[in-house]
Amino acid sequence: MLDYALRRLVMTFFVVLLIMTFLALLIQLVPGDPVRLVLGAKAPESVVQSVRHDMYLDKPVPAQVYYFFTNALRGDLGVDFQSQRSVTSLIWTALPHTAILALASLALAGLLGVPLGVYAATHPGGWLDRVTAVATISLITMPAYVAGLLLLLVFSVHWPILPATGTGSLSDPGDYLTHLMLPAIALAVTWIGYLARLVRTSMLEVLNERYILAARSQGIRDRLVVYKYALRNAVIPTIAVVGVGLGTLLGGAIFVEVIFARAGLGMLIYNSIQTRNYPIVRGGVLVVALLFVAVNLLTDFVYHMVDPRIRVSS
Amino acid sequence: MAVASQGGEAAVVRAPAGGGVMTRLGRLIREVARRPAGLFGLLVVCLLFVVVVAAPVVAPYGPYDQSIVERLQGPSLKHLLGTDELGRDLLSRVIFGARIALGVAIPAVLIAMFVGMLTGLISGYVGRSVDQVAIVGMDAIQAFPAVILALALLAVLGPSLRNVVIVIGVALAPGYARVVRAMTRAAKQNQYVEAEVSLGAGTTRIAVHHLLPNIAAPLFILTAMDIPSAIAIEAGLAFLGLGVPPPSPSWGALLSDGFRYVLISPWAIIAASAALMLTTLGFAMLGETLRDVLDPKLSGTRRWRKR
Repeated sequence: MLDYALRRLVMTFFVVLLIMTFLALLIQLVPGDPVRLVLGAKAPESVVQSVRHDMYLDKPVPAQVYYFFTNALRGDLGVDFQSQRSVTSLIWTALPHTAILALASLALAGLLGVPLGVYAATHPGGWLDRVTAVATISLITMPAYVAGLLLLLVFSVHWPILPATGTGSLSDPGDYLTHLMLPAIALAVTWIGYLARLVRTSMLEVLNERYILAARSQGIRDRLVVYKYALRNAVIPTIAVVGVGLGTLLGGAIFVEVIFARAGLGMLIYNSIQTRNYPIVRGGVLVVALLFVAVNLLTDFVYHMVDPRIRVSS
Repeated sequence: MAVASQGGEAAVVRAPAGGGVMTRLGRLIREVARRPAGLFGLLVVCLLFVVVVAAPVVAPYGPYDQSIVERLQGPSLKHLLGTDELGRDLLSRVIFGARIALGVAIPAVLIAMFVGMLTGLISGYVGRSVDQVAIVGMDAIQAFPAVILALALLAVLGPSLRNVVIVIGVALAPGYARVVRAMTRAAKQNQYVEAEVSLGAGTTRIAVHHLLPNIAAPLFILTAMDIPSAIAIEAGLAFLGLGVPPPSPSWGALLSDGFRYVLISPWAIIAASAALMLTTLGFAMLGETLRDVLDPKLSGTRRWRKR
C-alpha cells in the first residue's frame, strides 16, 4: 500500500508539473500580441509595456514558466487585466459556490441514483427495471446544458416557481437553497443515471456471491441482506468513479453556472474568456485541474483502503 | 482483458472466422438489430446520416433564409418547429446543424483514435520509461475536464471549425491510448507473439498483424461511445460562443440563441435539445449494444429472485 501510494504521488507530481508548464505556455499560442489584443490598438505604448512587464511577457519563455511556478507556489496567480485585483482572491470568492454546487449534485445523485440501482438489480426484468434502463441511459447522455436549459424553461419561465438567475447570499440559507436547486438538479441528472446503472451492475454481481446465498439461507430478511450485506460491497466501485465524475461535474458546472448566472468558478472562467482576461483564465483552469487531480488521488486512496482485495492485488 | 471470443453470443457473431469482412459486418448488424436498443440506435444513426447527406433536399428552407416578420414563432404548418429571432426556420437549421455535429465529431474522434492508438501501441509495447512518460502525458490531459481543456485552448487559439476539431480530438485521445496500451500489454504476453518474435518478426509487423486485430473490437465500441461525447462537447462549446462561429447552425448555437430569447419563445431550445438528445441517445444505445454483442462477459449472470 505504501509503495503504491508513493508511486502514485510521484506520478501526480509529474502530472502537476506538466499541467503547470502547459498553462504557463498557453499564452504563447495567442496569435499576435496578447496584451495589445486585450487593451486595443489605441492603448498607449507605455501602458502596454507595463502590463507586459507585470505578466513577465517581456522575459524569455523559460523565465516566464519559472515565474509562473514560483509565484503560483506562493499563491500568486497574477492580476486581473481590468480591475488589477489579484486572481487568487477572485478565485477564492467564486470557488465556494462551485464547490457547494458540485457537492449538492453529488449528494442528489447518490440519494436518487443508488436506490434506483438497487431496486433495478433486485427486480431484474421487472417493468421498473426496464423503465430505469431506458431512463438511465437517457439521463447519462443528456448534456448538463440541455438539462439546465430545459429546467429553466419549465420551472423558471413556464411556471416561475424557482429563480432563473443569481446565486443568492450564504447569509440567507433559504434564498441560497432556492437558487441552488435548479443548477444542482441540472448537474446531477447525468450522475443519477450513471450511479443507478453502476450500482445495478455491481449489485447484480454481488447478489450472485455465495455469502449472500449463505445469509439468505439462514433466514435473514431480504431487505437486510440487500441493504446491509450486498450494498456495502456494491457501492465500492462507485467510489472509484466519483473521482473521475468530479471532472465531468466541474466541466458541466461551467454551463450550469452560465445558464443560471451563478457566480462560481465556471462563470468566472467564462467571463474572462469573453474579455480575453488571460491571467484569470489561466488561474481558473489551473485550480479546476488541481482540484480534479487532488480528488482523484483521494478517491484512489480511499478505494484502496476500503477494499482489501484491491490492496492485495496492487 | 482478453478479447478472445468466449462462447455465448460472441460465438454466433465471430466463431466462423471465415467469410469476408462484409459478411461478418452484416452478421454483426443483424445481431445488433435483433435487440430493441440496438435497433433504435441503428435507426437513429442511419436517419442522422440520411439527414446529413440529403440536408438540402429534406430541409424545407435554407439554414440562413431570414423572414423577419415571422420571427420567434411557434410551430405551424409553414414552420414545423417554429422560427428563431431572425425568422429562420428552426427545422431547417436543426437539419443543417446535423452536418456540423457529425462534421466535427467524426474527424475529431478519428484524430483521437489515431493519436491515441499510436501512443498506446508504442507505450504498451516498448514499456519502461517511454511508457511512464506517455502515462504522465495522458494523465495531464485527463487532469482537465474535457470541456475545460477545449475551452482553454480555444480561448487562446480562437474559435474555428478546424480548431474545434483538433481540440476535441486532443481531449479524447487519452481514452484510446489507455485502452490500446492495456490491450497491447495483455496481447504481448500471448504465445503467438512470442513465436513471431522468435521467428524474427519486427515490431511493426507484430503491432499491425497481431496486436491491432486484437484491439479492434474495443476500439470500435469506444468510437461509438465517443461520437456522442464529441457531439455534446461541440454543441457545448458553440453554446458558450467558442464553437464553429456564427451564423453556422450548430445545435449549440441554436441553444445559445434560444437562451437569449427564452422569455419570448422556447422553441429554439426545444428543437435543438431534442436533436441533441436523440442523437446522443442513438449513438450511446448503438455503442452499448455493440459492447454486449462483442463482449459477452458482461451479460448472462445469474439472477436474483424474490422468495
